[in-house]
Amino acid sequence: MSAETLYDKLWNSHVVREEEDGTALLYIDRHLVHEVTSPQAFEGLQKNGRGLWRTATNLAVADHNVPTTDRAAGISDPISKLQVDTLDNNCAVFGVTEFDMLDPRQGIVHVIGPEQGATLPGMTVVCGDSHTSTHGALAALAFGIGTSDVEHVLATQCILQRKARNMRINITGKLPERVTGKDLILAIIGQIGTAGGTGHAIEFAGPAIRALSMEERMSVCNMAIEAGARSGLIAADDTTIDYLKGRPFAPSGELWDRAVENWRTLTSDDDAKFDVEIEMDATNLKPQVTWGTSPEMVVSVDGHVPDADTIDDPARRDGYRRALEYMGLEAGTSIFDISPDKVFIGSCTNSRIEDLRAAAAIVDGHKVASGISLAMVVPGSGLVKKQAEEEGLDKIFIDAGFSWREPGCSMCLAMNADRLEAGERCASTSNRNFEGRQGHGGRTHLVSPAMAAAAAVHGHFVDITEI
Amino acid sequence: MEHLENVTGIVAALDRSNIDTDAIIPKQYLKSIRKFGFGENLFDAWRYLDHGEPGQDHSKRPLNPDFVLNQARYRDTRILLAGDNFGCGSSREHAAWAFRDYGIRVIIAPSFADIFNGNALKNGLLPVVLDETTVARLIKSVEENEGYILTIDLPSQRVITPDGEVFNFEIDAFRKHCLINGLDDIDMTLTHADEIHAYETRRREEAPWLFTDL
Ligand code: SF4
Repeated sequence: MSAETLYDKLWNSHVVREEEDGTALLYIDRHLVHEVTSPQAFEGLQKNGRGLWRTATNLAVADHNVPTTDRAAGISDPISKLQVDTLDNNCAVFGVTEFDMLDPRQGIVHVIGPEQGATLPGMTVVCGDSHTSTHGALAALAFGIGTSDVEHVLATQCILQRKARNMRINITGKLPERVTGKDLILAIIGQIGTAGGTGHAIEFAGPAIRALSMEERMSVCNMAIEAGARSGLIAADDTTIDYLKGRPFAPSGELWDRAVENWRTLTSDDDAKFDVEIEMDATNLKPQVTWGTSPEMVVSVDGHVPDADTIDDPARRDGYRRALEYMGLEAGTSIFDISPDKVFIGSCTNSRIEDLRAAAAIVDGHKVASGISLAMVVPGSGLVKKQAEEEGLDKIFIDAGFSWREPGCSMCLAMNADRLEAGERCASTSNRNFEGRQGHGGRTHLVSPAMAAAAAVHGHFVDITEI
Repeated sequence: MEHLENVTGIVAALDRSNIDTDAIIPKQYLKSIRKFGFGENLFDAWRYLDHGEPGQDHSKRPLNPDFVLNQARYRDTRILLAGDNFGCGSSREHAAWAFRDYGIRVIIAPSFADIFNGNALKNGLLPVVLDETTVARLIKSVEENEGYILTIDLPSQRVITPDGEVFNFEIDAFRKHCLINGLDDIDMTLTHADEIHAYETRRREEAPWLFTDL
């Protein structure tokens, strides 16, 4: 057999049939469901009198609309409440396993999948959410789908798709202390652009990737979609296998051994061919901060806000101008001189236990600066929250003046009550700095958890590798 | 799905790159559990001067006179020209529904984000890729000629200008067939139910850990 990339292997093992033009019917092993993109899919099934193809492979959770305070009081916004109730009801009617809002395991869909061992290496994983790419960190082929495809998967356990091209981003060297997977992926997007990976599945490889923890790998793959790639992938290794051992839905006993043997093959063959290969050195990477309204508008923390007039390409120049105006920033401003009004630590990019530990280590013994009107920590799941509380991290945050919340998407996209007001500036550990993303007129700077924590404590961005 | 074969209509241009799905349909409208009714909130934050919320009477909101679709000459827009990486961002199919509900049936851009591209095709909305220079030329023609009209002929995969100039575009044969015939993906896939069952039987043997019930 000819040499295959990891993506080739995952793809080929899931093709049920193929049309002449290359459109494949691809089998889906795991389907994650949330309240925002599923109601119309369930409605479609009901309208057409269709059932679920394989009920017990779907896992549902409400995350986008749920409040992060006083859960027991329910959801006050009636429209959000209806959407969450609709999910509860659909799951009850169709018999889908759901972690409802009060379940201790509830959390952001992309946090709970790996946490529960519901996402496994070698699987195809889909969800009606673009950040499904996160699960590729476990050597699974994972990508976001729209609501029509959600319905299609529920009804047939398959989707129709053309194969993507293979891209490998090889990261050499070693990340400096306190520089994280988040900084790495922001730097990658800064280099290849938000459309750099369009039409490709990106495999992240090389010594700097191998050295990352499972959670940091998830942050990297989470933002593959921000580089235009539906899927990010990282080969399976001991880190992957150790992470999964003992998780509730992971195999056990003899099945575990068989699975592990298979998972060890989930790497790209040595002589596999990639359509595009990119190399980057991690050795001198600085913490990254976005200054604009697209994740590719990013600089090192010791850099400056760029000058649109120096850009040759007219479309890009216009984009820069619009971004600077929206963000209320002057060209040439030092990143150190940017002062957020709010700080948000959370989202499916950075709300796992290691993220909270990294942030707490910076916050410990300090107070939130007086210029910050709100600093909040939103754990990615109920289990992350519990673990953090057992380690006393909640105390560190609360003593410093942070607000310690219930799990959910929260101010990553502001579908619940947590949001920026027009003109407010936020240091955020989420993944999108689009116009209005965190609230109408809100201004987002994407950073790592430790960088966000440091901004909260100092009142402006600082270089955490220097303090 | 509503079928699509030929579209002839008014063209408007949004000359910017990276138009993301948050801009196409802001998140507050994603709280709807319906599949229709998103047209009046297409480009909500650019189109209106105030901040909109679901349930409002949108016809009473102040319009942004500078926004292209608010100008009288573009009132009946059916075809949109835009910059590259169109539809980047989230997987929300509401973005495709918003165009459909608004009445826009074709978007022409140098490139599209993958998920948006797939969602569009499943909702009778045709993404047409033309090279950057051509798109720039068309945008110029639109701005210079009030009432500028294009014809998109899907069967022959051509964009035709009022002067009779022709640009060919690519589309997967399978998707083209589905669009022209307005076919439902699920119906088609279920005709292959036997093959899906056979696949499952084989995989259960090979990799039983993938079949543990949740
Ligand atoms: S945390 Fe943000 S990016 Fe992640 S699933 Fe929720 S809304 Fe989407």
